[in-house]
Order: sequence, then C-alpha cells, then structure tokens
Amino acid sequence: MKNYMDWIRTDYFPTAFCAGCGHGIILKAIAKALTELEFKREEVVFVSGIGCSGWIPSPYIKADSIHTTHGRALAFATGVKLARPDLTVIVVGGDGDIASIGGNHLIHAARRNIDITCIMADNNNYGMTGGQYSPTTPQGAKTTTSRKGHVEPPFDVAYMVKAAGASYVARYTVAHFPQLVNAIKKAITTPGFSFVQAISSCPTHFGRRNISQDPYEYLDYLKKNSVNIKNVKETDEIRNKITIGEF
Amino acid sequence: MPWKRIKLPIKPGRFLVQGDEAVADGAFCAGMRFYAGYPITPASEVITRVQERFEESGEGVYFQGEDEIASIAACIGASWTGVKAMTATSGPGFDLMVENLGYAIFTETPLVIVDVQRAGPSTGQAARPSQGDYHQVRYATHGDYEIIVLTPWSCQELFEFGIRAFNLAERYRVPVIILTDEAVGHLREPVVYPEEIDVFDREHDPDAPPFSFDERDAGPMPLIGDGKALLITGSTHTEAGKRVTQDPEIHRKIVKHLIGKIQHNVSDIFESHEEFIEDAEIVIASYGISARSGFEAVKRLREKGLKVGFFRFKVIWPLWEKYVRERLSGIKKIFVPEMNAGHLSRELERLVNGEVISISELGTNIITPETIVKEVEARL
Repeated sequence: MKNYMDWIRTDYFPTAFCAGCGHGIILKAIAKALTELEFKREEVVFVSGIGCSGWIPSPYIKADSIHTTHGRALAFATGVKLARPDLTVIVVGGDGDIASIGGNHLIHAARRNIDITCIMADNNNYGMTGGQYSPTTPQGAKTTTSRKGHVEPPFDVAYMVKAAGASYVARYTVAHFPQLVNAIKKAITTPGFSFVQAISSCPTHFGRRNISQDPYEYLDYLKKNSVNIKNVKETDEIRNKITIGEF
Repeated sequence: MPWKRIKLPIKPGRFLVQGDEAVADGAFCAGMRFYAGYPITPASEVITRVQERFEESGEGVYFQGEDEIASIAACIGASWTGVKAMTATSGPGFDLMVENLGYAIFTETPLVIVDVQRAGPSTGQAARPSQGDYHQVRYATHGDYEIIVLTPWSCQELFEFGIRAFNLAERYRVPVIILTDEAVGHLREPVVYPEEIDVFDREHDPDAPPFSFDERDAGPMPLIGDGKALLITGSTHTEAGKRVTQDPEIHRKIVKHLIGKIQHNVSDIFESHEEFIEDAEIVIASYGISARSGFEAVKRLREKGLKVGFFRFKVIWPLWEKYVRERLSGIKKIFVPEMNAGHLSRELERLVNGEVISISELGTNIITPETIVKEVEARL
C-alpha cells in the first residue's frame, strides 16, 4: 500500500480518543511504518488489550485485529505467532495494560524473545477509567488515586524489558514522530521480541493535573523534558527527564 | 461437508491407557494441533502425552505458558488462525482461566478445556478427586451464556470425548469442557482405539462476518490471515465486529445468540446413558466416577429384586431439561451420588416430581457401591 491512510479504518471515524490525545499520533506512526515497510494487509495481525490504547489498532488499523482482555494481549499474540509464525504480530497496549495487569506476560515474552513487536502507548495513567495512577506514573504526580502526589516510584519499563531479554527496545515520545516511526520499523524488522515505549499525551486526565490540559503545551513539555540516552552518563542528570532512544 | 470420516492418525487397537493420556490421544485424533498449558496436579500428564504425539507425528505446537491465563489466551489466539487448540488444568488453574473463558464464549472461539477435578476450595488436596466444579464450569464467568460440559466415567470415554469435545467446539463455535476428576484421570484401564473416527472441522468462510446473531445456530468462521481485516473483540459488537458499547438491542441479540445456538440444538449435544429405566420405581442418577459406583449399586439392588434404574449424564451442560423431566417423571425416589455438596441433585430437584435424595461425599473418597446400596435401603 502506497499511502499510510490505506492502513487506517476511517469508516469508524471519528475516533474514540479525547481531544489532544497522543494516541492518534501513535496510530499514524504505526500506519506510516507499515506503509514504508511495504506490508500487505494479510501479512500482519494486531493484538490489543483493554484501555484507551486498545482503540489504536481496534478498530482504527485496517488489518486483522484481536481486541482481547485487559493485560492479556501478549499471551493471545503468543498463540497467534506460534500457530502462524509467518505472520507479523504486533501488540499495542497501554502502560496499565502491558506493565501492570499484563506485567508477567511482558517479562516472559521478552525472556522467550518471541518474534512479536509490542508497542506500549504510555500516557502515565489509566485514562479510560478516569485517570488513576499506573506503573509509569512518576513519583509525586497527581492522579485520581494519588490526590496528594503519588508515593510509589515508577517502573522503567524499557530497562526491564531489555534486562528480561528483548532483542530491540526503544523509547520515544509522541513529540518525536520521525524517531517513533523509525523505532517501530526497526522493532518490526528485528527478529525476536521488540518493545517500543511510546510516551503519549493525556491532556484530559494526566495533563490536567500535572502538565497541561492544552495539547500543544503537553507536546512541548514532552519535547523539552526528553533527553537522548546516548547523551547522558549520570543518572542524576536524568532523574526528572524522559530518557529516549534505543536501549 | 464439515463432517468427515478419517483413518485414526495413531495406532488402532486395545491398549492400557491412563485417563489423562486417553483424553490427549482423543484430542490428537480429532485434529488438535495446538496445546498450551501450565503444570498442575492432577492434569500434568495431559501435556506430556500431547508432546509425545506431536513429536512422533511431526505435527503440532505445544507451549507451556507462564500461567493458566496465558495458556488459555494462547489457545484462543491460535484457534482464530484455524488450528484446533486445547488446554488442560484443574480447579485452581481453571479459576485463572475464567476471564479468558468468557472471552472465548463471547468471541465464539472453538476451544477444548480439560478440567481434571481435585478437591477444593483453593489448593485443597491436589492428588485427590472431587466433583466440586460441577457448577463452576457452567457459571464461571460473568454474564449470560451457554456452554458445553462433557463428563466421562472411564478412560475409554476420555478418549472418545476428546474427539467429541472438538466436534462440538468446532460445530457450535463454543469452548467445550471435559470435566473429569483425579480418579478417572489417573486411572489406567484398557481402551480401544478404533480404525476410523468421524470428525467435524469448522466451516471456514473468509467472506463471512466474524460473528452472528442467529438464535438457532452458530455461523461460519473467517480466520486471521484471510486478508479481510477481521475485527475480533470481547466487547459488545456488531456481526462485523464493530464495537458497540452503548446499544442495549445489539447486546440482547448477542446474548440470545450465545444461548440460542446451544439450546436450540440441545438434542444434538445432550447425551445420557440409561439402564433399567422402563420399569424403575427408583433411580440412581449421577455422572463421572460417582456414576461407576452408582451403576454397580444398581446391579446389586436389582439382584435383591428392587426396581432400580440408572441415569448417567454424559453431558451435564447444557442440561436438556425437557428430556430429563420426561424420562424421570413418575420415579418416586431419585438417589444422586456425587462427590460434592449436592450439585446435580439441586438441578434435578427443580426438574422432577419425585423425591431427590443426595448422597454427598465431601471428603475426597470415592463413593463406594456399598455406601449407595446402604443409603438406598435405609431410605426406601
């Protein structure tokens, strides 16, 4: 397919995403990656879970998609891949979906290094259910279940997946569109388990309480607060930054 | 025609086979070529046998999941590519599978689950039998639906039901549970493997919508990889798979379909084994291992001149209520031996006009024919 819009199921528009949600950017990044890699529709299957992230492939990507139970997308995808190794299997999930309820499936998929690509649309909170804290909510951040500031430290999911044995791990934000498309392309074409943590914007819930309710200001924040992992040595320097790049 | 007669893909003949192995062999003969499971007593022998069959045939993929949640999820994913998939577990593992069992029911995914019952609740006694999952397998997941549950009483039937479970799962696009227990699962007895068997393969139609609202039957099934951009979801959906999360009418249609496709065909699905019912004044009704003792008790009571009949449920769900009501009407007393607090007896109480007497074993001992005979004689 020549145009990335060929991968988008526009007949179900308008999307379910809130105004200013970064998930639309991730949708476009996936569609662009598939277009540039010249995939045919029957060669790729998407598997998603429950939450805002589940809507990215199901129904908006025009390919086979299995919209599964909360957190279990990687487990369903494992069955698809084992039964049809010739198919390219891509899982799209959220931070709650992939790293919390589905955390065990994530580390075991990485350990097995099964040839699946997992894109984690990370908006730092549970958007669908009203903005509760997730495993990637920064310490001190305000959510509907951490009204005075979150007491727990977050997971560094990219490091965890790398340590568990994944072949390719990258993290970019939705404010780094070309890098994100490139990372998704590399993830899909790298044999073994690939993980792309796509930091997304959630103006409706997380942004309103912590960054900004304005979509542009949110993206600007993501851009200004990101630092490439190659350019930093000391962890102190990056404590309050989003580290991006390939891990 | 999706029905076909095939030559048995393993060696026919008469063999000494363990129950867990027999169900694995039956499933393999029915065409099961994907297995995912998590180790659990007393079901672990199933994956061992599956592995042997896959290795000697060079066909099939097995996978040990990180837990039972992942195992059943992998089976569902595999099933949508067109392969026949199975998992086996026991109560504690079945508990974990329930979430995705609901998903399989709602997405009408053909699938077979073997539940080798052990004593519960919780970890209970891992290597002792029970029939405590009678209602769990029926009402495990939230919402309204119908499901198929087969209850074999021998190693021979574990083999045969391994085949039948897949035929029903493929025919009605529904998860089918083979509900056995530690006693039958770990029993070894002679089993006859026939030369030929009948198998049903799902009706694959790449152009069909993934779901149906037909209240009388299951629809054909498109597959992942057909190139039709299939939408599969466990959320309320249109026939095309579009998520519709606020429309009561669509939800009503789906639930009526899930119930209707099974209930409308209950006479094809339900199966019973009956002896001496015609002249019976009292009946011993049971299923699984308890029915074996029940049948022996019937023979001993007959020798004593009592008009005792035998009714064994080979399928406990769907319960063909009309048929059971008719067959057991006019029976004065129905004795129901089972290794639980009286699950089948409660079902029968609402169906029959005679007195239903539960012979309940809450420990982990198999109910003996002596116990049943004594109980019947005491209550005559």
